[in-house]
Amino acid sequence: METFVPPAPSRINYINAQYGLKSWLLTKDHKRIALLYLGSISFFFFIGGVYAMLIRLELLTPQGDLLQSTTYNKVFTQHGIIMVFFFLIPSIPATLGNFLVPMMIGAKDLAFPRINLLSWYLYMLGGIITIYALLAGGVDTGWTFYTPFSTTFSNSYVVATGLGIFISGFSSILTGLNFIVTIHTMRAPGMTWFRLPLFIWSHYATSLVMILGTPVIAITILLLAFERLAHIGIFDPAVGGDPVLFQHLFWFYSHPAVYIMILPSMGVVSELIANFSRKNIFGYSFVAFSSLAIAVFGFLVWGHHLFVSGQSIYAGMIFSFLSFAVAIPSAIKVFNWTATLYKGSISYDTPMLYALGFIGLFTIGGMTGLFLATLAVNVHVTDTYFIVAHFHYIMVGGAMFGYLGGLHYWWPKISGRMYPDGWGRFSALLIFVGFNLTFFPQFVAGYLGMPRRYHAYPPEFQVFNVLSSAGASILAVGYLIPAIYLVWSMRYGKRAEANPWHLPGLEWRTQSPPPTENFDYTPVVTWEAYEFAPREETEVVGKFRDKVPEKA
Amino acid sequence: MAESYVEHEVSHPALQHHFENLEQQREAGTLGMWVFLVTEMMFFGGMFLAYTLYRSKFPAAFAIASNHLDIKLGAVNTAVLILSSFTMAMAVYSTQVGKLRAQVIYLVLTIVLGLTFLGIKAVEYHEKYVSNLIPGSLIPGHPFNPDPHAMHLTAGVSMQHVQMFYWIYFAMTGMHALHMIIGVGLLSVILYFSVKGRYSPEYHNPVEVTGLYWHFVDIVWIFLFPLLYLLGRHLGGH
Amino acid sequence: MQTSWIPFVPPSASTLSGKVDALYFYLAGVTVFFTLLISGVLTFFVIKYRRRNPYEIPRPVAGSLKLETMWSVIPFIIAMTMFAWGAQIFFQQWRPPTNAVEIYVVGKQWMWKIQHTTGQREINELHVPVGRKIKLIMTTEDVIHDFFIPAFRIKADVVPGRYTTLWFEATKPGRYHLFCAEYCGMNHSGMIGSVVAMDPTAFDDWLSGNSSQQSPAIAGQQIYETLGCASCHGPTGEGGRGPALGGIFGRQVFLNNGQSIKVDEAYIRESIVNPQAKLVAGFGPIMPTFQGQVSEEQLMQILAFIKSLQIQTPEPVRAASSVPAPSAPSVAPAAAATPGTAGR
Repeated sequence: METFVPPAPSRINYINAQYGLKSWLLTKDHKRIALLYLGSISFFFFIGGVYAMLIRLELLTPQGDLLQSTTYNKVFTQHGIIMVFFFLIPSIPATLGNFLVPMMIGAKDLAFPRINLLSWYLYMLGGIITIYALLAGGVDTGWTFYTPFSTTFSNSYVVATGLGIFISGFSSILTGLNFIVTIHTMRAPGMTWFRLPLFIWSHYATSLVMILGTPVIAITILLLAFERLAHIGIFDPAVGGDPVLFQHLFWFYSHPAVYIMILPSMGVVSELIANFSRKNIFGYSFVAFSSLAIAVFGFLVWGHHLFVSGQSIYAGMIFSFLSFAVAIPSAIKVFNWTATLYKGSISYDTPMLYALGFIGLFTIGGMTGLFLATLAVNVHVTDTYFIVAHFHYIMVGGAMFGYLGGLHYWWPKISGRMYPDGWGRFSALLIFVGFNLTFFPQFVAGYLGMPRRYHAYPPEFQVFNVLSSAGASILAVGYLIPAIYLVWSMRYGKRAEANPWHLPGLEWRTQSPPPTENFDYTPVVTWEAYEFAPREETEVVGKFRDKVPEKA
Repeated sequence: MAESYVEHEVSHPALQHHFENLEQQREAGTLGMWVFLVTEMMFFGGMFLAYTLYRSKFPAAFAIASNHLDIKLGAVNTAVLILSSFTMAMAVYSTQVGKLRAQVIYLVLTIVLGLTFLGIKAVEYHEKYVSNLIPGSLIPGHPFNPDPHAMHLTAGVSMQHVQMFYWIYFAMTGMHALHMIIGVGLLSVILYFSVKGRYSPEYHNPVEVTGLYWHFVDIVWIFLFPLLYLLGRHLGGH
Repeated sequence: MQTSWIPFVPPSASTLSGKVDALYFYLAGVTVFFTLLISGVLTFFVIKYRRRNPYEIPRPVAGSLKLETMWSVIPFIIAMTMFAWGAQIFFQQWRPPTNAVEIYVVGKQWMWKIQHTTGQREINELHVPVGRKIKLIMTTEDVIHDFFIPAFRIKADVVPGRYTTLWFEATKPGRYHLFCAEYCGMNHSGMIGSVVAMDPTAFDDWLSGNSSQQSPAIAGQQIYETLGCASCHGPTGEGGRGPALGGIFGRQVFLNNGQSIKVDEAYIRESIVNPQAKLVAGFGPIMPTFQGQVSEEQLMQILAFIKSLQIQTPEPVRAASSVPAPSAPSVAPAAAATPGTAGR
């Protein structure tokens, strides 16, 4: 047995600094924890994807002929639960956020490294409990767990699944807490708030939502579990309880949760657009404040999920108005990203393709959200495939595209290797085509009246379902390709230099992969975010100029 | 782009390697605890919402049920907790000025008061158990079935709504008691390290943030006590 | 079933469906406009400003307050037009007209039970005349369902423990989909049927062809007598130990806590299952609860009966002596019984 000889000092990085399973499972290094998360969420994404395939296969034909209805009900429930709680919510923050937040602000780690590791273990524990529930028999309440079906009528593993989600919620809370404290207290000298990359601003806003919203779903799940186990009556009208109260409590978290899913992705897109056009983001402070505005307003709109639930029509009016208001900051971002490209120097690398795809698809997803904020139209399309299409445009066309774009962008930094760019661009295109074919027909089917969560449907909807399932198969191939070449590149990819894209961000001013302590020195920041060229050369449009600080 | 090399001074043994200095570490620890307490407020907030809703729906039932709680024990517990917050604050102060003996004594007192609170709570819970006031079928074989006469149930008040009160009572005080137990655990750890001399005027952030947590748990009780125990007292205590 | 010439929309068969479609097309138009605008500008910029030299650094461009204002204010104004238009139609959708024909709907896993006030009962089918305002008074026996008629662009949840309403006026005869649109368990996708809108003459034919069934008001009267309601409220609702019920529907009554409340379906239902919740002023808390003893359908029948009662000349309390003695066995036990989880 040969003894392990550590590489020469200049070639030590966080990956090879220590070997052995224990050094990974007991690590305090935020970068290693990010990789632990990357592995786990990819695993859960695969499981959620298998469920998606089953759904699309079943829906190829109008009859419920592939699966029994009870099985189908479990499949769509579990697809939703896995994708929302175990993939989308952690995805960018726990992988890219964990990896990059300290690096982008010039810190050696997050504020609480051990709490960071604990958050991964809580995520895994919650995930394992949920997987147990799935294997033991599954859950069939829909990811929304509406009462009284979930408390009194469902014969499935509601409490076990709820427990899994409850525990993984603490993972979310701890991550958010860590990010907030880190961004406040550990910025390098000279890194003022308005020099921060927009990735940091959006993770800060996301963390606010995580810490304020997640405890509410925690208590909601607890109340649901006790109702189911002990028949207390809090949601049971026979004893004076209110089933719609559950919906209010549930959506009070679950609407802000969708902003947890999209805000980090928007942060990635800001990075990609700026860096791959070699320009500062147009309207930096507007984009930064929009992230905060989305986080705050996001807490005020949950009632738009309850327009037909028996909620008062005046409450409906207020929630409708606020739902329109929350769309405006997102629109501001889209316009600013587009304006950033003006007179830029734009390259067509894979990450940029994902960013451009995001802008187009998020525009569609966001504008179809306006259909849903519109009271009268919402009445017709709620609980139909229109909703399914809307949220997949945001979550896949939006969040997923940002995630894949960011993964490719920072891959050289994370792994020290380049992926094959030709394959990268090809799969981006394939995913774009497959995605649109899968979900656009669902808008049509929804307005025509096809309800969601239907195992069998009237034959007139079949053509849309066939198109959708065809698209899903293309999408599946599109997802598989990066999975393969990214793993391949870890061993055989071209080695990456410290700054392969030639960019000014702090994370690029250290080697790829970085050393355990991120930087060999304490950075002192004297430049603005995305400062490719000196400030004096800035062309001014109109009379407004982003804050020009004193020279450090 | 300027780079600078910062040499590390001989660092305090408690300084974690990823912080630049103790001041940054202290700031991070304190902010971290405050952020955590905000999440706790949101957590308890859901239950306060349920309480508010059902109290406004069933005011008479809530008044009767609240009247049936033991206000003496509740008041004693309130005093115990407020006193324990005082001893906690004194423990933090003692650490700040380096009075190790006083620090240890105050920590012990705080723990004792916390355990007293939990003991009195256990007595109350036991009394509920004996009177069949545990809601629903939480305890199999002991469903909610109190004596309507002992409850002084007036005509027109549904026992089911009284049960709703007790569910909220147990959920909120139970959650609070769980946080107290965690708090006592934390204090025991702090006590252990205090005895070992780990804390000093230069480094005592763990004592401070534990104090913050303890005060928070106290404040939650200060809201719980009037909302749960003091309704319906105008109906005449008994 | 696609009768409209406009592709991608369901048949437009109610007075409001065309309005909803118009708003939908406006929204779709705005969406298409902005999608094309953004993707067009994006594509244009991405081609025009593509990197030509690997070392070029473009001149940075600072923001513009004017642009930011413009593209905040204009979208906001457009959003407000959508809000206002949507809210306006929404009010029309959710304020049922006063002269509507009422039909009772009870959802249960996994079927829709429909009860016309003229007696006809249907399962998973709802026959309605064209050109009349129809108001559905709905509830569910178990979980939340949703009554969805795509052709009328309307849906509403049915919630256990309360009544929800939805109204429409069909404009075109035809058979239209009826779907359950709130996931409710195993056979959710099987809880479907049809709404059949008919010309008024055809509808009358249908009514007379199905008239052998008892009207809900009569059925309600039978329950009223069986359960002993008459002993306190009088055989024709003239009152006695309990408040008078004749003509009470739609009126304001005073409660013993000073508040006044309008007597609607929800109040009557609540007073049967939870009598002490809102006691009428001047009456004591002696009415027992019937929770668990009457099904939702029976509650609707009692409701129909009470609605049919005429106003009586108000009598003072001494009228109680003329009320027949109650038949004791059918009087429900006192409210302090075991919590009503019966039937679960």
